[in-house]
Amino acid sequence: MTMLNVAHVDKTFNTGTPLESHVLRSVNMSLHKGDYATIIGGNGAGKSTLMNIVAGTHLPDSGTITIDGHNVTKLPEFKRAAYLGRVFQDPMVGTAASMNIEENLALAYRRGKRRGFRWYISSKERDLYRERLSDLELGLESRLTDKVGLLSGGQRQALALIMATLQEPRVLLLDEHTAALDPKTAPKVLEIGNKIIKKYNLTTMMVTHNMKDAIRHGNRLIMMKAGQIVLDISGGEKKNLTVEHLIARFNQVSDEDFDDDAALLV
Amino acid sequence: MELIIQGAISLGLLWSLMTIGVFMTFRILNMPDLSVEGTVILGAATAARLVSNGHNPFMATIMAALVGSIGGFVTGFLHTKLKIPPILSGILTMVASYSIVIRIMGTSNIALPPHGPTRVVSVFTFLQEMGLTRQTSIMVFAAIVVILMGAAYYFFCGTEIGSAVRATGNNRQMVAAQGVNTNAMIIMYLMISNGFVALSGALVAQQQGFASVDMGVGTIVVGLASVIIAEVLFNVRRFWARLLTLVAGSIIYRLIITLVLELGMPATDLRLFLAITVVIALTLPLIREKLVKAFEKLKARGGRSR
Ligand SMILES: Nc1ncnc2c1ncn2[C@@H]1O[C@H](COP(=O)(O)OP(=O)(O)OP(=O)(O)O)[C@@H](O)[C@H]1O
Ligand SMILES: [Mg+2]
Repeated sequence: MTMLNVAHVDKTFNTGTPLESHVLRSVNMSLHKGDYATIIGGNGAGKSTLMNIVAGTHLPDSGTITIDGHNVTKLPEFKRAAYLGRVFQDPMVGTAASMNIEENLALAYRRGKRRGFRWYISSKERDLYRERLSDLELGLESRLTDKVGLLSGGQRQALALIMATLQEPRVLLLDEHTAALDPKTAPKVLEIGNKIIKKYNLTTMMVTHNMKDAIRHGNRLIMMKAGQIVLDISGGEKKNLTVEHLIARFNQVSDEDFDDDAALLV
Repeated sequence: MELIIQGAISLGLLWSLMTIGVFMTFRILNMPDLSVEGTVILGAATAARLVSNGHNPFMATIMAALVGSIGGFVTGFLHTKLKIPPILSGILTMVASYSIVIRIMGTSNIALPPHGPTRVVSVFTFLQEMGLTRQTSIMVFAAIVVILMGAAYYFFCGTEIGSAVRATGNNRQMVAAQGVNTNAMIIMYLMISNGFVALSGALVAQQQGFASVDMGVGTIVVGLASVIIAEVLFNVRRFWARLLTLVAGSIIYRLIITLVLELGMPATDLRLFLAITVVIALTLPLIREKLVKAFEKLKARGGRSR
């Protein structure tokens, strides 16, 4: 069953100005339910733009985006959020620093639901939050009323992962969500994400600059270059993928030498 | 003297609704909203016109708050839909308000004498008729309104929508990703804050017995000064306590003004005094930091010489 379908999507920024850049060029991509696609590509390849187009932060110039059978191409970001969970690269972006942990979670718990003049949280929810937080094994379950601003970057990203998946998303979008973390914390947050993805069988897109992570995780590997998807590796090939094989595959589809891009990837 | 202090307290109470309005945008929404300079006179003018025409003063006051909300809506619309920067959006509403106010009042000021043959019935008249003095009825009525509105705002902030508004002020990107229509939140919240400001203007007009186009000048600075006084003097955490200190800050501000005027400062110097006070209050954290550093240096030097 197709969960996410991106068809013939084009996006140009600053059309008609000297800064004009054609960032996505007729991109086609389809994720099945439970697919976990890692996305790699050099700086400016259009990975984040693709995520933002799926999320509705930007609208495409042409093409269609379908999530779980719903055509969302023209839907504004806040309406599309009902289908999506997102974690951003910057830990500051995914959480509200001046609000406490349970307030952040309560906001996320209401994603896709009508917000009204009911109290912002119920005591039943607190039990759920404690349970979900204890899965992180970071001790956050006993700190529900601590301001999120007091948490470390890694704790904030872990919390953001919980927030993105508290209401099960049709598609989970992770855009370099561990890139801002220190080398010891990054793999932990990645692992936490993997656990959640597996537990709920979430359809996932994860952008990373770490080729080894891209190879090790997920059942699909998508490589972007200059606004196009140049590689889409899945199935057994993905399972047995090695760095050497990936480079060989890239050289097959590209006339340029991989080294230029490889430098940006590893 | 006692009467003067009582007057300052009443005025502080009445203006505290404006202070809460300023706090809402400056502190919660993180969006300095200058339209309050306009909506405060929109409120005063609407109430004055209706009351002087003999309409029910309570209805008049509610209408005044609604007209202020429309001003807030305009600012929010300019900012969110037309993408005009927040400060400019506020200034545009403020400037336009002056013309609207003249249209509402038909003249640049309306007198609302509380006594005499041309006396108008205001919201304070009813308590007076129950036997209270004018001073006391103003104070009692002001306190009731402030408590009711403060409580309403407190509970609003605790609702799902209130929580979404607070998050919008904190991190727009995050709340949008959580499915909140941030533009709608901003517009609605500006309507609430400017409703408070206009209500404040409407009550002050009835208290002082007149409304005029220039009574709004400096409102934003007065509001900010009160907010800062509250934060510097009390520095509390809990939300209801913060709201209470805003009322206190507003009263203290009025007492300070009353005091300097009593000490002989010309009323025309008031705005300069006010601006300087706000500058000092805003730089206080910087000064404090410098002092702490200087102190530590001194201590370090002292330690070495021993
Ligand atoms: N809002 C925007 N306005 C104008 N140009 C943009 C905008 N967003 C992205 N771009 C441009 O689009 C191109 C692709 O950017 P994008 O952020 O999608 O790349 P990326 O693959 O995520 O790169 P990185 O690995 O550096 O994050 C870049 O040239 C960028 O400058
Ligand atoms: Mg990117």
